[in-house]
Amino acid sequence: MPAPNSNFKERALAAFATVASTPGSKKPDPIIVADKVTRRFGGLTAVNVDHVEIQRGSITALIGPNGAGKTTFFNLLTGFDSVDEGSWTLNGEVISGTSPHKVARKGMVRTFQLTKALFRLSVIDNMRLAATNQRGESFIRGLFPFIWKKQEEAITSQAEELLTRFKLIDKRDDFAAALSGGQRKLLEMARALMVKPEIVMLDEPMAGVNPALKQSLLGHIKDLREEGMTVLFVEHDMDMVRDISDWVIVMAEGKIVAEGTPDSVMGNQAVIDAYLGAHHDVSLDEGR
Amino acid sequence: MDFLFITQQSLSAAIGVNTIIFALAAIGLNMHFGYTGLLNFGQAGFLAVGAYSVAVAVVSYNISLWIALLIGIGNSIILALLLGIPTLRLRADYLAIVTIAASEIIRQVARSATFNKTLGGSDGITGKFGKEFFDLNPFTAGLDLPFLRFTPNDLWVVVVGWVLVAIILLLMWLLVNSPWGRLLKAIREDEDAVRSLGKNVYLYKIQSLIAGGVIGSIGGFVYALSRQSVQPDNYGTALTFFAYTVLILGGAARVMAPIAGAIIFWFLLVFVEQMLRQAVSAGYIPEWLIGVNQVGQIRFMLVGLGLMLLMIFRPQGIFGDRKELALDARA
Repeated sequence: MPAPNSNFKERALAAFATVASTPGSKKPDPIIVADKVTRRFGGLTAVNVDHVEIQRGSITALIGPNGAGKTTFFNLLTGFDSVDEGSWTLNGEVISGTSPHKVARKGMVRTFQLTKALFRLSVIDNMRLAATNQRGESFIRGLFPFIWKKQEEAITSQAEELLTRFKLIDKRDDFAAALSGGQRKLLEMARALMVKPEIVMLDEPMAGVNPALKQSLLGHIKDLREEGMTVLFVEHDMDMVRDISDWVIVMAEGKIVAEGTPDSVMGNQAVIDAYLGAHHDVSLDEGR
Repeated sequence: MDFLFITQQSLSAAIGVNTIIFALAAIGLNMHFGYTGLLNFGQAGFLAVGAYSVAVAVVSYNISLWIALLIGIGNSIILALLLGIPTLRLRADYLAIVTIAASEIIRQVARSATFNKTLGGSDGITGKFGKEFFDLNPFTAGLDLPFLRFTPNDLWVVVVGWVLVAIILLLMWLLVNSPWGRLLKAIREDEDAVRSLGKNVYLYKIQSLIAGGVIGSIGGFVYALSRQSVQPDNYGTALTFFAYTVLILGGAARVMAPIAGAIIFWFLLVFVEQMLRQAVSAGYIPEWLIGVNQVGQIRFMLVGLGLMLLMIFRPQGIFGDRKELALDARA
């Protein structure tokens, strides 16, 4: 499996060769550019990102300690939360303040930390639902099956193809609620692909997934890059971050404190401080 | 005890006018609650709007009945928009609060002295506003079988009513099996997931509210026309909750459920009432225990008890799938 990926990995890494490892650094071909994004909850400033760019066609990890504002930043970018200040663009088009379904239609599709499989729909219906521009989704046209039957068949075969790839085809007609936690993660990712996104935003894709399934999830994420998609993901699992990401952005207390390749970031003093506290390894007396 | 009479009354009720009205109300609720997960506690309001639109337009404004029916549908669409636009962006409970309040507002306005002239106050509107409908009645004789009994007018309402129910169920079946229906079911499961896939959830919730509301108001038409009168207190919250009972009895999110639910509900209600009445007058039940005047209330207690037992032993309703219900446990 790694052989065909390496080519894309090299290409993605080459793009980062000239990028400075500083917070908010410029990227050669950014798909997302965000400026001065601020979100406050009462007195708490959950997100305060001055500038960030996400490189197209790469896998970018967003890491940081609990409460760093990663998920909030995700929610803001995808329109699920409204921002206090700031703006961002997708492919050069301003999308801040856009409602979530419009963001998705523009090509940015997300998954959720707590998996949102649609439980009382079958697996195949979960997939079919996600296809875009369905004729039968209109009230009037829905009444006339001959209008949408043909499209439905095309959608179904596309969905079956994805289910086969994600090894869920055996579960095709089961309720989504009957899947295991890891399978639900797979279903959610496969479902997001039905939208044919340009950028996939994965919120903790590895949370609650057993080690065996983790490997196949990793493979699937690498495949996304191979197909030309951009991936931005939030994750706590450092092994995974090191394994698949081309670039790592570190958040702490709502700010971006470091950026860089996985290896350079892991040794960065700001990152160590963010995770362990600036005064670790120092006796309490000295700290005073 | 006259068992033939009891059977005749019960069976006539089981396929009678009330069953049609409650079936229609419950079909609308099935669209809202069963398929979309919208908690509409004001279905009575939609029936009231349908019934009153017809009565007021014909009696007070001398508009033709057929146009009045269109006005009724138009008004129920307006009501759905009024209820839906401010609340459907919010959490599900807000719709419940707003709809139950709105249906009570409609009833109170209808019975208020201020609008006595047009809406008839607490007496409602009585008059021959169904004349154009009953002029078309082909039945000169009623039905008088050992097991069924309808007057000519009731027979006409029942026949037209069931045809309407059949048409609406067919449309409903087509809708819930289309991509549109799939979207509604997905919204019921998780709105945010549906949003994340690029679907305009708000728009679909409004469409569902309108569709179910219009079906409810058609139930209101049947209510008004069958009695040739409208009375505000018929459209209280009890109507909504009976409609929910009918729906859950049949099994939510099943196309045929409201029909089965309504038939069983009305059969039981009339059967229990007639049994009690006959038993009391024949002296099987002593007068000090249940008086003839108390039968009307006690039948609801007994039917309520029966429904409780049903919910305990068959919570999914008659058509429901227990496994599917268990999935809701969000494991």
